[in-house]
Amino acid sequence: MTNPFAKPWIWSWVAAALAFALTLGLTSGRGAGELAYAALSFGAFAAIVGLGQMLVITLGPGNVDLSIPATMTLSATLALKAMGSDEGTALLGLVVALGAGLGAGLANYALIFLLRLPPIIATLAASLVYQSFAIWSNRGLRIKPPEGLADFATGRFLGLPNVAWVGLALAIVVWVVLERSVWGRWLLATGQQMRVARLAGVPVELVRASTYVTVAVFAALSGYLLASFSGGAALNMGTEYLLMSIAVVVIGGTSIAGGYSNVPGVWGAALFMFLVVSMLNSYGAGAGVRNVLTGAIIIAIVIAASTKKRGRA
Amino acid sequence: MTDHESAPIVALTEAAKHFGPVRALDGVSLSVAPGDCIGLVGHNGAGKSTLVNLVNGGLAPSSGEIRFDTGGTALGAGVRSVFQELSLCPNLTVAENLRISHSALKGPGWRRPARAEIRQSLDTVFPDHGIDPDAEVDTLSIAERQMVEIAIGFAPRGTEARLVILDEPTSSLDAGIAEQLLAHVRRFCAGGGAVIFISHMLGEIFDVATRIVVLKDGKVVAERPADGFTRQGLVDAMGHVTAEEGETSETARSFGAEIVRSPEGLSAREGEVVGLSGLAGHGQAAALARLYLSRTSSWHARKAPEVVFVAGDRTRDGILPLWSILRNVSISILQQGARWGLVDRAAEEATAAEWKKRIGIRTDDVTNPILSLSGGNQQKVLFARALASSAPVIIMDDPMRGVDVGTKQDVYAMIRAEAARGRTFLWYSTETEEVCQCDRVFVFRNHEISAELTGADITEERILEASFEMQEAS
Repeated sequence: MTNPFAKPWIWSWVAAALAFALTLGLTSGRGAGELAYAALSFGAFAAIVGLGQMLVITLGPGNVDLSIPATMTLSATLALKAMGSDEGTALLGLVVALGAGLGAGLANYALIFLLRLPPIIATLAASLVYQSFAIWSNRGLRIKPPEGLADFATGRFLGLPNVAWVGLALAIVVWVVLERSVWGRWLLATGQQMRVARLAGVPVELVRASTYVTVAVFAALSGYLLASFSGGAALNMGTEYLLMSIAVVVIGGTSIAGGYSNVPGVWGAALFMFLVVSMLNSYGAGAGVRNVLTGAIIIAIVIAASTKKRGRA
Repeated sequence: MTDHESAPIVALTEAAKHFGPVRALDGVSLSVAPGDCIGLVGHNGAGKSTLVNLVNGGLAPSSGEIRFDTGGTALGAGVRSVFQELSLCPNLTVAENLRISHSALKGPGWRRPARAEIRQSLDTVFPDHGIDPDAEVDTLSIAERQMVEIAIGFAPRGTEARLVILDEPTSSLDAGIAEQLLAHVRRFCAGGGAVIFISHMLGEIFDVATRIVVLKDGKVVAERPADGFTRQGLVDAMGHVTAEEGETSETARSFGAEIVRSPEGLSAREGEVVGLSGLAGHGQAAALARLYLSRTSSWHARKAPEVVFVAGDRTRDGILPLWSILRNVSISILQQGARWGLVDRAAEEATAAEWKKRIGIRTDDVTNPILSLSGGNQQKVLFARALASSAPVIIMDDPMRGVDVGTKQDVYAMIRAEAARGRTFLWYSTETEEVCQCDRVFVFRNHEISAELTGADITEERILEASFEMQEAS
């Protein structure tokens, strides 16, 4: 444990730092503050959905939530409609968004548990329904968030973006829950071997249900903040967060086989995902080249992280 | 060929194997010649599995030398091993599993010779086995899987098996099947083959071995022809002092109220040790699992569980492989002393330290990964997990598999003591000797209870009688 490179989360941070340095290399150091600020702002949304996805993936093989984009869109749409750009409704909007997330999470789990559907199918099918709800309630209108809320979402505190503080606080809560709480132990045990956990007295269905609800609530929070940040909800606002949520979990060093979570890695990976795109942009790479290189870099990091993990075991 | 007849198939000279600071094997010299049947005994963690892995080429020695008479590899010398942890692929058929270690089978239609070969081998070792070569392994009982694994070990597989290593081969077999295996081992050795036989059941060792090798702390502490040992002498050589039989003072104990009753008729009272017996795979394990699942919930956990479970099939039912010993011990008692949903880590560590001492888990640090322990020590962790809870009912599904004699005695004593304090045990075992220690025994046949024995009626004969269908018995 003395070797810092033995920790699987270090790779996402090293990669993020490298992408940061390479981008600045082009401008010979100018704009470092702005770049870091932008990375923290945009990374926060990915980190919040990533933390939720991490908990689900920790449940073990086959567990994943593909309804994150639709849940983000639906909760953001409903929240903005409820607020109607009126001042002082931010809290109401938050409650509506989180309520929508709670509903989506319960619906997802109900499909998985009652109909015994594989989570991939259940959440993918459910996401079509959520997306349709969002379309009906939105009807092409673009409602602006209340000004105070928009100011909060784009504002800063102690030099860091407010959304990054939210993401950071959430990361700390998740870390404490995983490392110190009974529920966290139950989750990690369930992810290693569900049957073993059940025979050891772990209430595995409770754990699964609460995990699927948590990921949906996190997605709802992220959607609410993103809509406030970008001046309104759009039907495609969640699209990029489907792959993003899974990528940050995997790059962050969480085991895809389940039973092993990694909170700091998720944040490192979220920063990296933003920085690598801005790095390729500033080097003038076209959209096609950018995608190919992003994919290749992700694969390289996952290989590096997983090789280290085997060495550790 | 004749030149090799008396030369050893394999000879180890001062072979040692270190895993980091751990000296798993510390300089062992041993030679195995055709016709030898070597009984290898020692405690959990004495180095038996490491020695096996050196002989079969699974590990390279850190120092010393291993020489095969053919001059080549273990594979070329016809060395085969059958492991204690079952290593078949559950999603493949019996015949397909044979193919995995039989590379000469290829081309279209390879399944036909594979089926013939495995059926032939099963017929030779276990007459009347009733195993279909086309059955997928996960449909077989654990005893049948073990039989398949043994048959694959003895199958010719293109060359010829010359040295077969059997690591705890009978631990999940019932007495009748085990006897067939022992008979085959004797035939095999008489025909010029060699066997290394590892078992915690000393009766079997004396039954088949021509020579007995005792391992302790990675060294050979005694090696003599089998008739040079007495049973007690052998136990002493292993270095664990065990209480003599008969220490269980059979005063008529009184039991409390009935605390368990299942639809199939299983029942138990407070403070009672109830045994489940019968031929392996006749529904005992399933009955216990059903009982456990019906008394616990997957939706909520009580602060003090009502029932706990000790698994025998460790990888399937017991071990959380990514975790430390500490976390494996504490998983069932996390809610005790938890505040605000947070684990009381000081109490957790104290519990683990206490049980490491009480049950003798061989490790210097309970934060080591659970997989760093030998199989028997992993089993102790599972005992600790169950006994550390306050649950009044403890269900044990053949929990002594791979546990050494000394530890068994300790655990028996612990079970007795806990029962005297009012806890109830439901104990399925494939070893009749263990079942005979129980206060009451249910014998299973074809997934039903065929007899309920109490007190002086609990004898090996009565259990066997109830295990088999008796035509026109009365």
